[in-house]
Amino acid sequence: MIEITNLGKQYASGFVALNNINLSVKKGEILALLGPNGAGKTTLISTICGIVNPTSGSVTVGGFDIIKNYRQTRSLIGLVPQELTTDAFETPWNNLTFSRGLFGLPRNPQVVEKVLKDLSLWDKKDDRIMTLSGGMKRRLLIAKALVHEPQVLFLDEPTAGVDVTLRQDMWRMVDELRNQGVTIVLTTHYIEEAEAIADRIGVISGGKLLLVEDKQLLMSRMGQKQLKVELMECLDTMPTVLAEQGFCLAEDSLSIVYHYDKDAPEVDIAGLLQSVSSAGLGVKDIHTQKSSLEEIFVDLVEDAA
Amino acid sequence: MNVRGMWAIYTFEMSRTKRTITQSVVSPVLSTVLYFVVFGGAIGSRIESVGGISYGAFIVPGLIMLSIMTQSLSNASFGIYFPRFSGTIYEVLSSPMSFWEATVGYVGAAATKSLLIGLITLATAGFFVPIQIAHPFWMLAFLILTTITFSLFGFLIGIWADGFEKLQLIPLLVVTPMVFLGGAFYSIDMLPSAWQTVTMFNPVVYLISGFRWSFYEISDVSVGISLLMVMLFMGICLALIAWIFKTGYRLKQ
Repeated sequence: MIEITNLGKQYASGFVALNNINLSVKKGEILALLGPNGAGKTTLISTICGIVNPTSGSVTVGGFDIIKNYRQTRSLIGLVPQELTTDAFETPWNNLTFSRGLFGLPRNPQVVEKVLKDLSLWDKKDDRIMTLSGGMKRRLLIAKALVHEPQVLFLDEPTAGVDVTLRQDMWRMVDELRNQGVTIVLTTHYIEEAEAIADRIGVISGGKLLLVEDKQLLMSRMGQKQLKVELMECLDTMPTVLAEQGFCLAEDSLSIVYHYDKDAPEVDIAGLLQSVSSAGLGVKDIHTQKSSLEEIFVDLVEDAA
Repeated sequence: MNVRGMWAIYTFEMSRTKRTITQSVVSPVLSTVLYFVVFGGAIGSRIESVGGISYGAFIVPGLIMLSIMTQSLSNASFGIYFPRFSGTIYEVLSSPMSFWEATVGYVGAAATKSLLIGLITLATAGFFVPIQIAHPFWMLAFLILTTITFSLFGFLIGIWADGFEKLQLIPLLVVTPMVFLGGAFYSIDMLPSAWQTVTMFNPVVYLISGFRWSFYEISDVSVGISLLMVMLFMGICLALIAWIFKTGYRLKQ
């Protein structure tokens, strides 16, 4: 659906916001772009939508070039910006009618009504936008993007500063849109968000796309597990036998930790535990945990820096 | 061509006018009418007639021009500056509209509004001073061409400005003096000859002169030249806008 080839953007100040980005987004998938502040996420989205001029490379949406065939590509795209930029004095109803008009579509009160109802803004349709709460304005921006029935939806940090209920509503909405076949690209720096809704995850830092990978694959490929054995008593020095097996002492001296790759065949948890008890240590509790996307992400960004 | 998109911007801007009717229509009409009352009714009777026209009637075309020029400028510049300032311009930039289409929407609405102000002011002036319109067609033509040209100019200012101060800078410091010194209140031949020459570099002179001709058939410069100057000024504005759109100046990064 979206093909990005060697895309680069250097601002007039000389700052390189995008550095040779190559990315392809399949129809109907949800891609989450993860990255720290200032990584280039918004610049990437803005370039595809026509708000920022690229300095090199090309982008096609639905097979159309975003510069030569901008009418076709922009008709396909709905954009929800990061900032709450809404008209203050207009009403949601008029604002959505305006948005439809901008995209060259005929008036259609049914569609406007449906979108307003879907985003629980129906009872506010005739209020001035300035009287709406932050969450409602956020939903209005989404409504504006959806009212021209796009096939690709860009959500630029849709849940920044949004409460838990609204965030879950948003995730549900994204899921429904996916079922309708809408391709969704969202940026976020909440890793749990990417983990919860994305099919694929791209990591951007310093204008470079560090990787794009299937979420499950990414987590299993990069995922590490750790075995943590909590001890009955404080341990001053690590028994050599255990150190040789790969255990290390936790900072609090009350537990020892063993890191392993969960797919590695040679991991012998039972044997490890046996060594612990034969070393004479009293075990209080044991647990294993998978490293989260958050840790993978931090590793990646730190490696790149 | 995205006609619906142009219409959407046009109606959006017109509904802004409707919402702020007092500030955007009533107040400019009132302030111009005050000139008629003061100069036409009160002081005018003590001033000699100009070219056979009573002073009160003489200043009507110039005052209408003053009003529509400043209104076109402020309305069009604000119309594009505010979405830039608030950020809502993102929607227009990311919509399937060409820059020209967006310009037609914004400038068309600004010009419509000042045309309305001009016509209301003209009708109101009729209550205070005797007015005859010798060439109604040319009167309308000058009115429409001037509103469009100054709306284009205002649109340029709205794109160029990066703060509210700059938005006011050109209208207040350049255009208002040009209009006041452009023969709104006097005929150019009333000036000392050196100043007459200087005045000829003021483009507004040509607009006011042509517009006044359409009322009373008296003019400082020939009508053909007036018309040419309006066209030239419009051409310059269009060329500048074309350059802005080509480079994305102040609109796109």
